[in-house]
Amino acid sequence: MSTVFIALQANEDTRPIIDAIALDNPAAVINRQPAMVKIDAPDHLVIRRETIEEQVGRPYDLQELQINLITLSGNVDEDEDTLTLTWNS
Amino acid sequence: MTVKSMKDYVGVSRDRVENFNGKQLVYVSWDHHLLFASPFLLCLPPETPFAELVSGPLTALVQPDPDAAAVDWSAVEWLKDNAPFTPDFSRSLAANGIGHKDQIRFRTPGLNALLNAA
Amino acid sequence: MDMKATKKKLGMKERYRALTRDLGWESSYQDKDAIFPYVNYEGIKVHDWDKWEDPFRLTMDAYWKYQAEKERKFYAIIDAHAQNNGHLNITDARYLSALKIFLQAISPGEYAAHKGFARAGREFPGVGTQVACQMQAIDELRHAQTQIHAMSNYNRYYDGFHAFADARDRIWYTSVARSFFDDAMSAGPFEFMIAIGFSFEYVLTNLLFVPFMSGAAYNGDMATVTFGFSAQSDEARHMTLGLECIKFMLEQDPDNLPIVQAWIDKWFWRGFRVLGLVSTMMDYMLPKRVMSWREAWEIYGVENGGALFKDLARYGIRPPKGWDDAEKAIDHMSHQFMLGLYQWSFGTSFHSWIPSDEDMDWLSAKYPDTFDKYYRPRWAHIKKLKAAGTPFKNYGLARLCQCCQLPSVFTEPDDPTLTCHRETVYKGEKYQFCSDGCKDIFDNEPEKYIQSWLPMPALFSELGGDVGAWMNWVSLRDGDDNGDYDGSTDQKHFNEWRGLATSNL
Repeated sequence: MSTVFIALQANEDTRPIIDAIALDNPAAVINRQPAMVKIDAPDHLVIRRETIEEQVGRPYDLQELQINLITLSGNVDEDEDTLTLTWNS
Repeated sequence: MTVKSMKDYVGVSRDRVENFNGKQLVYVSWDHHLLFASPFLLCLPPETPFAELVSGPLTALVQPDPDAAAVDWSAVEWLKDNAPFTPDFSRSLAANGIGHKDQIRFRTPGLNALLNAA
Repeated sequence: MDMKATKKKLGMKERYRALTRDLGWESSYQDKDAIFPYVNYEGIKVHDWDKWEDPFRLTMDAYWKYQAEKERKFYAIIDAHAQNNGHLNITDARYLSALKIFLQAISPGEYAAHKGFARAGREFPGVGTQVACQMQAIDELRHAQTQIHAMSNYNRYYDGFHAFADARDRIWYTSVARSFFDDAMSAGPFEFMIAIGFSFEYVLTNLLFVPFMSGAAYNGDMATVTFGFSAQSDEARHMTLGLECIKFMLEQDPDNLPIVQAWIDKWFWRGFRVLGLVSTMMDYMLPKRVMSWREAWEIYGVENGGALFKDLARYGIRPPKGWDDAEKAIDHMSHQFMLGLYQWSFGTSFHSWIPSDEDMDWLSAKYPDTFDKYYRPRWAHIKKLKAAGTPFKNYGLARLCQCCQLPSVFTEPDDPTLTCHRETVYKGEKYQFCSDGCKDIFDNEPEKYIQSWLPMPALFSELGGDVGAWMNWVSLRDGDDNGDYDGSTDQKHFNEWRGLATSNL
């Protein structure tokens, strides 16, 4: 097992996004640190546009994540519906 | 290959001895005495007698170490090129074979106040 | 966020292909080798440049939109910082030493990376690569500018910020970062990508930015949190570019493996050395600490680096050669650096200090196997020297490593009581090193590293050993910018102004 992670700035924009990530990734661990939130998951993490849209209550472009992204770890794949992070371990 | 390049490439050493106005660099390190964060860099004429290096800059530099006063320079074990070495105190650096950017080390077995303090 | 998600005509993947396809025409007037002359000499074989895709599939229009939003957020906070006495809201002015080192050594590195990626974007034939390098080049320029801008607010009030450009070019410790980037930029485009894109950005940048910015947040420095996170938001893209680049090289031809592995070995070690000072910042310079360097290494080095190299093992890649030596150094390096900085503080454009008893207890809790045994006795002795009115200054300048250019403060990997001594003779001339890692790098390309401008020897070859003349040359104001924090102008001002800000006297 390897840990993939994504870290986002802690702010009003990201609160619903973090909630959405938690909903879609039951194995994820949410670490709240000063000014940032780091989300760890075993081997794989998926971020879904639809779940975020349900949380923020408006259409959402996944590339908006770029603004509040701090760092990530894992192989990235992104299309309009999902962003996934994966380690082959 | 001495450098990855598209054609033959030869560098020029920046710190070659002729850039030091008749002097040379010598590094000196006191084994197991890490109050001094790094070996000392000295810039001296190659004619400097070894005894003068010891009684001059070296004695002054090691003074802050609590072992400094107890050093018996005639009993110190010396190394050059990281191998045992017996300097002739009356002869010059050059005559002792201490070249530009060479490093000499010295050991004082039994003296180690700061290591033993823990 | 008030940005509207637009109704898409093309999907993300189609838009990205449309953008890149039209830039990748076949040349007819000029031979391809003449247009891209630097892409072959390193020995990397590429059969199909179209196999390179940016996994974020960021197109230029989206890039500008999001970068503009980042800038707006950044400047809102910089304004608030300046309007709300941000310079007094930090925990303690000791914290500023970390910022001064960052501005003198790291921000110029951002600018160097900008130049490097602009060049790489021109030298690679693949369009996906060109676009990603171009975006990163603009990012790096933005980072340099926002960092300088954010810290200029502190320059109005505190010492050590006033001549960062002279410090960047001339002061001894900045040659470490400068030589790192010069080394990368004087290599070919593929090596540059492994150096900066992979080793620095992917393997090591989290160790620099994440603890640094959390440290800023812990210590009340909103300006730095902001430029840091604003810059870091680009790093995710940079890291991804670095990782994609290495996978691309390895997938294109099996002959690329040994070349790539040798670069990983080299650049991991170069990066580990250049970022070593972060350990000191985390363990000593933050008045309120986030985590120890050891703890950060466990998360971002061991865990994250371990996952990465396990993933790359499918290509035959193994962890970098210096990995074990790095691990052995983790519990020692911050102490070795800080002891060095303190005894040479007459020559630094920032302050250092003797850790308080409370700080030392924290260090001993975080480093139970090393601090009390090796380092506390040295600090205790230094404290005694100061109390006796003979503060410790080491006027024996340091032996610098011919490769990384750091003072040789490091010990043998398996003997923390003995300085690591490595030397080599090349064309009849002696060269000194701090470690096996640095000596190996020299031995592999000696014609490159014999040219290093080492600031300590240069003090003698260029200035005849005159320290006062050297201080003028580097714009270091003796008695203001340098020396012990205790008794400094920064300390005095911070205490006075903070008093004024919280009372009506």
